[in-house]
Amino acid sequence: MEYCPLVKNILLLDSEGGRIAVKYYSDDWPTNNAKEAFEKSIFTKTHKINARTEAEITMLDSNVVLYKFVQDLHFFVTGGDSENELILSTVLQGFFDAVGILLRGNLNKREALENLDLILLCLDEIIDGGIILETDANVIAGKVASHSVDSAAPLSEQTISQALATAREHFTRSLLSG
Amino acid sequence: MSQYVKKDDDRDEEAEYSPFSGIEKGAVLQEARVFNDPQLDSRRCSQVITKLLYLLNQGDTFTKTEATEVFFSVTKLFQAKDIGLRRMVYLIIKELSPSADEVIIVTSSLMKDMNSKTDVYRANAIRVLCRITDGTLLTQIERYLKQAIVDKNHVVASAALVSGIHLLQTNPEIVKRWSNEVQEAVQSRAALVQFHALALLQQIRQNDRLAVSKLVTSLTKGSVRSPLAQCLLIRYTSQVIRESSMNNQTGDRPFYDYLEGCLRHKSEMVIFEAARAITELSGVTSRELTPAITVLQLFLSSSKPVLRFAAVRTLNKVAMTHPMAVTTCNIDMESLISDQNRSIATLAITTLLKTGNESGVDRLMKQITNFMSDIADEFKIVVVDAIRSLCLKFPLKFRTLMGFLSNILREEGGFEYKKAIVDSIVTIIREIPDAKESGLLHLCEFIEDCEFTYLSTQILHFLGIEGPKTSDPSKYIRYIYNRVILENATVRASAVSTLAKFGAMVDSLKPRIFVLLRRCLYDNDDEVRDRATLYLNTIGGDGSVFETNKDVKEFLFGSLDIPLANLETSLKNYEPSEEPFDIRSVSREVKSQPFAEKKAAAKKPTGLGAPPAPTSAVDTYDKLLLSIPEFSTFGQLFKSSAPVELTEAETEYAVNVVKHIFDRHVVFQYNCTNTIPEQLLEDVTIVVDASEAEEFEEVATKPLKSLPYDTPGQTFVAFEKPEGVPAVGKFSNMLRFIVKEVDPSTGEAEEDGVEDEYQLEEFEVVAADYMLKVGVSNFRNAWESLGPDFERVDEYGLGPRESLKEAVSTVINLLGMQPCEGTEVVAANSRSHTCLLSGVYIGNVKVLVRLSFGVDSAKEVAMKLAVRSEDDAVSDAIHELVAN
Repeated sequence: MEYCPLVKNILLLDSEGGRIAVKYYSDDWPTNNAKEAFEKSIFTKTHKINARTEAEITMLDSNVVLYKFVQDLHFFVTGGDSENELILSTVLQGFFDAVGILLRGNLNKREALENLDLILLCLDEIIDGGIILETDANVIAGKVASHSVDSAAPLSEQTISQALATAREHFTRSLLSG
Repeated sequence: MSQYVKKDDDRDEEAEYSPFSGIEKGAVLQEARVFNDPQLDSRRCSQVITKLLYLLNQGDTFTKTEATEVFFSVTKLFQAKDIGLRRMVYLIIKELSPSADEVIIVTSSLMKDMNSKTDVYRANAIRVLCRITDGTLLTQIERYLKQAIVDKNHVVASAALVSGIHLLQTNPEIVKRWSNEVQEAVQSRAALVQFHALALLQQIRQNDRLAVSKLVTSLTKGSVRSPLAQCLLIRYTSQVIRESSMNNQTGDRPFYDYLEGCLRHKSEMVIFEAARAITELSGVTSRELTPAITVLQLFLSSSKPVLRFAAVRTLNKVAMTHPMAVTTCNIDMESLISDQNRSIATLAITTLLKTGNESGVDRLMKQITNFMSDIADEFKIVVVDAIRSLCLKFPLKFRTLMGFLSNILREEGGFEYKKAIVDSIVTIIREIPDAKESGLLHLCEFIEDCEFTYLSTQILHFLGIEGPKTSDPSKYIRYIYNRVILENATVRASAVSTLAKFGAMVDSLKPRIFVLLRRCLYDNDDEVRDRATLYLNTIGGDGSVFETNKDVKEFLFGSLDIPLANLETSLKNYEPSEEPFDIRSVSREVKSQPFAEKKAAAKKPTGLGAPPAPTSAVDTYDKLLLSIPEFSTFGQLFKSSAPVELTEAETEYAVNVVKHIFDRHVVFQYNCTNTIPEQLLEDVTIVVDASEAEEFEEVATKPLKSLPYDTPGQTFVAFEKPEGVPAVGKFSNMLRFIVKEVDPSTGEAEEDGVEDEYQLEEFEVVAADYMLKVGVSNFRNAWESLGPDFERVDEYGLGPRESLKEAVSTVINLLGMQPCEGTEVVAANSRSHTCLLSGVYIGNVKVLVRLSFGVDSAKEVAMKLAVRSEDDAVSDAIHELVAN
């Protein structure tokens, strides 16, 4: 595996450093505590930086971490010390853009959580066990979306009963949470 | 669950909404029962799976029973025809990582999906099955996987290939059988299939150099399309270059043209990978380097931080070995000092510090001063380290650099940062004698207002050693005594010791120091009072404690010659009685391992933690040898060699030898380790045959009483030799001992032993053993001051050599001298080189050597050797060393 470009983790955190979706592919962080500690330190190190127009980059514990933020979403991709930064950068960009497509431009925490299934599938389509599967955002989003006809398709394409079910669900949900 | 509680709090404040508010594992597991419904509701099931995945993602764990239960109900969902739901099922199966007996349940469903008409099913079923399967199942599905690798749907092919890469770790013999299919996939038109196939193919063949080389040869001709695959190919090419350069004599590097061609690729990722590969080529020439540096320089002014970072990080590494090549980027680097991204700025600064020339130092320091105020400590430490190296490189610039260090020492900062600065100042003081006085004063000012007890005590200790040797020791007293008045007990005690050292070394200060020490007798801490009393009695005493001044100094400055662990054991065993504790009763037998560590530390005396002088390894050995009565009359130890191994690694007994050189004697210290748990060795001696060392005569041996398993011990053999003469010779050795069987369960040895012998390798005493490595900070001054009176110059032909570098290091090792001013580094592919060496020859004669090497096209190396020393005979002796 030493020659193959490897991704050690992909993180999607909120504006307070809380997890939305994370995926680890390396043994560097064996326990949940170790993972949370890593997330905390990378968040503390980066949250004040303006990484909203271009992806930014830093080193943390001999890992290279690339990150890009939008609204209250913080995207991170981590690779080893000697990894080609530009390869990691295409992974981050692929992830970032694919999520953008899947959330139809509504990039924020609430939307991300409501479509968590899409985000998890998206991660699954980008990396398999550390190896890059796909970096083209359109292809990634295309694969994810085609898998979830009911929730991602526009209302017009849903059958009446499905639409009713969706509406009912939204209604109950807002009642419960309100 | 604190996470969710916190969310609730948030909601009270800002009405934040989350679909997972108040989610709770038990409830979700209840909900998972819908998976068992006869009429499956796909939407509902998907949602429940998402909730389960959410819990796992947040770090929740399922117990074994919970996981099994969820897994079983999830398997029911294969009945549903909904694609979205199926994808979620795949995801959760991977997350649950089922055990082998559970896997069987889903195998048939997954195999059905693998052969489905829906590509999405096929690709994912392959990935899931390969993730959870074990070897036995793999043989069953192998046929399908091989087909999938060459499938026309590239998602399916990629899925099979990536799974192959993972499976190769666990079932290499199976995956290796797929190499024909993988080979075919390398030719695929789909970019990522090609990438994955290339990754797998190389791993299948990684132990077959020829195959990898063939692969690279055929692919570099240009059939690789995807940038990722191209990056991989560049990595393989570098590997092939690394392995082939060893047997390539012609000088033209294979595949360099390919790497250079990649610098013009349209993808930045490939350009960068190629540039990096070129900079990492071993023995890269400046001609090869130039095109790579040029593209990296373009990246430096990119608008993308990632590109700037990647380029500056690579150039920073290049600057360590080829500083001149990077100087062309200096202007771009300087503009990066103000980069928003502080990682980039720090890398730029440290690169500049490595590439800068002497005249640019002042300007650079000005820029850094502005920069230091707004970066974090971790970056500052990197900069401080770089400044220390710069100072050692340009000793004449120490005023500017020391001034900078003292300024940042006064500013705010954490312990690690302050320690880095103090360590740097201490190193500079040690290496550059002219910097001593100003450096010590900076440290004094620092401890006036230092919040770190550790640093204060370390500086006080250092001050005690260096301060008395300065031209005006009295000016430090005020700073030290201020500590006694103002600081905590630990620092006060330390200050008292430092005062005592000044008192002992500087007679003119003695009366005044006594006044100060007497005041300390009223301190409210007992350690401070005790120390003051002790020192008043030792230095100012009537001779009742110490008889001579030398003893006093030995007591104050000498290091503790007893292993602390041994002292601790002895003190624990001591029972209070009429008889006082006698420190001489403590065993001095030291494990050999710590020596090695101390030697390593002594080689790099950086900072306060390091021993006070590079000779401390000798000191330690000196103490050890003096403690052995047989050797105590040999006088001052001149030099101890590094350990020479006399056994192969992993043999029954591991033995190495340290050669101790005295004026009229040599002592061989054999460090022995018994690696057999079932044996105890007794009466261990070394029988030395010195028939090939005519000038040596054996005078004493000190056997080792017992050598238990894995506890190193030492035995010694001493030889007499003509005084002051660098006698050389070869010694062959035999380990002789009585071996006793040990019962491993009880650890008890049997009564009777058998005599046995073990042949060791031979070693030589060579001329370099009589040469001490002692550096000089300014070679030119030292050379001039020695004068041409005893200069001897001659020229030698060294014959054909592998390289200039090899010739230079051979001569350095032969002479055993200290290379000065970094001249031991030979620039790659240069035709000539000058090397400056300094050392002290036996009899304490200072020797300086100037070596000029030249190499012609046939690799014939010629050398001009100029020696200056304080003694005619020694200059000649050096020439004889080389002539032989």
